[in-house]
Amino acid sequence: MALKLTVNKLSFKYDGTQVLKDVDMEVKLGEMLSIVGPNGSGKSTLLKCINRILKTQQNTVLIDGEDTNKLNLKELSRIMGYVPQSSTNTFPFTVFDIVLMGRKPYIHWSLSERDTEIVAEMMDYIGIGELAMRHYNEISGGEQQKVIIARALAQQPQFLLLDEPTSSLDIKHQLEILCILKSLAKTKHCSVIVAMHDLNLASRFSDRMLMLKQGSIFTVGTPDAVLTEENIESVYGIKTQVTNSVLGSPQVTPLISEFNGIRPLKTPPKVETIDRRA
Amino acid sequence: MSTATELKQLYQKSKKRKILAILSLFLALLLAVVVSVSLGAGSPGFAEATQVIFSKFFPFLNINPGPRLTQTIILDFRLPRIVLALIAGAGLAASGATMQGVLRNPLVSSHILGISSAAGFGAALAIVLGVGVLGGFGGYLVIVNAFLFSLLAMVIVYGIARIRGITTETVILAGVAISFLFSALISLLQYLAPEHDALHAIVFWLMGGLSAATWDGILIVFPIVVLTVALMVQQSWNINVLSMGEEVATSLGVSSKRVLTITMVLETLATASIIAFTGVIGFVCLISPHVARMLIGSDHRFLIPCSSLIGACLLLCSDTVGRLVIQPVELPVGIVTSLLGVPFFIYILASKRRQNWR
Repeated sequence: MALKLTVNKLSFKYDGTQVLKDVDMEVKLGEMLSIVGPNGSGKSTLLKCINRILKTQQNTVLIDGEDTNKLNLKELSRIMGYVPQSSTNTFPFTVFDIVLMGRKPYIHWSLSERDTEIVAEMMDYIGIGELAMRHYNEISGGEQQKVIIARALAQQPQFLLLDEPTSSLDIKHQLEILCILKSLAKTKHCSVIVAMHDLNLASRFSDRMLMLKQGSIFTVGTPDAVLTEENIESVYGIKTQVTNSVLGSPQVTPLISEFNGIRPLKTPPKVETIDRRA
Repeated sequence: MSTATELKQLYQKSKKRKILAILSLFLALLLAVVVSVSLGAGSPGFAEATQVIFSKFFPFLNINPGPRLTQTIILDFRLPRIVLALIAGAGLAASGATMQGVLRNPLVSSHILGISSAAGFGAALAIVLGVGVLGGFGGYLVIVNAFLFSLLAMVIVYGIARIRGITTETVILAGVAISFLFSALISLLQYLAPEHDALHAIVFWLMGGLSAATWDGILIVFPIVVLTVALMVQQSWNINVLSMGEEVATSLGVSSKRVLTITMVLETLATASIIAFTGVIGFVCLISPHVARMLIGSDHRFLIPCSSLIGACLLLCSDTVGRLVIQPVELPVGIVTSLLGVPFFIYILASKRRQNWR
């Protein structure tokens, strides 16, 4: 059982542009860490580097002190599960087929009884049993995201990486998915590393938060320590008011003002009106 | 909410349904073979045909083989043609299913990857100039040339795709480009063809047909197709995973470049060896996977075998119709496949409620 994921001076260039610079971080078993930061700050890239979808230098991503570059893809896929921002599929796969793909790291050709059992258990746990024989492309976005999480869990990973899993979902599905992630971490089933946009949701569900600014870590710590008005202003460039929510977690309310450069009432440019009946 | 045990049973049941569908297709194919054997010019009926076949393949049964003419018609003409139809249909359809899955594109066929037109150019070159890459080769000149040019096309496509990194997009774009290049070269040869006979031979080859089937040819194609299709089926899990995208495949421990390379080689070997003997037959490899997907879904462990059976069935039925419809003239199988296959395909497309592509 792997206990600790360490990222050590991770830098990454994409076609010559520096996307990540000297990122150091550590995730322990049973922890839920959220990665926040503006668009283009390197959240997705960081997740992909950890999961070796993007190649990194030697000795930058370590599991219990061991370099993950020394593992082959299959070995790594038994330790880490990855949930992308959105998944589409050209061809008609059933939900069960999709979750079954999570067993790929363990199967050669034939499926064992245990494989189908694990898939069935994970689907039951996530609450998508009813969808099992539906086609993946026919279910809603929120349901699809749950299917993909079930697939990642079928890999039996010790670290679950998710890239903005709730960005395009309604509020109920957002809460459901974050509750699932939180319980996975809390029961020490696996550690959860999740890139997020919604600061309030992140603050409510994470044990620790990591704030990225232009590819470097700006600050890392508990939600209380990270989500301050000053930090948010220097990273996102907007004024906010941080209060305590009814649940005790910090709550960020963005202020709209001339000072932020966001004018609330901006008159659209004048365009001649066209007589549509002509 | 269904429990885990119920879910498992549900899945086992769906698996059984798929296997059952494949078995019924197999039976349908056997039936088609029997019907096809007993129909045609100078026709010995079903009873005589079976008599000849049994006496030939099970000599220990001591069955009277019947008149010599019947024997020749069945064993030297009809049977090799039927067997080649089965092999070609199965091989092309399996290749189509594999490449559509790997490249995540429902429009992929041997046409789009340049293999067909390269084979066509190789054949045309041999027909017009009477020379092949390997010099004289007797009657095999056209076949060998077509085969080698298909391989050449694959190597070029792979080489071009590598420049930007092997991804589904680069492979498809390079394939389309090469396909156009060889099509232009074929036109050029047709334009410059010195004599009417050569032009006719090129056109005939490009339409594809099974009338030239011989046991010698089958002995070459059969092992290649069986081996490559078996290896495609072996890649099923990788293809399944890859159909969710390259990043997801990596996160599930599958290198997309590796799978793409392997399947491209398999597909080219299968398609090239078939096309070399039959001429360009395109439609089967495009349509059979779609019919199969509508029947049993996209899990390639079942899809590839199912698609092969459908391809074999489609090609055999088309060729039989082509043989019979305006006797004594035969229609090339390439034409019949499209004429029969398209209405059939539109029918299932319209009758199926489920949306298969989005």
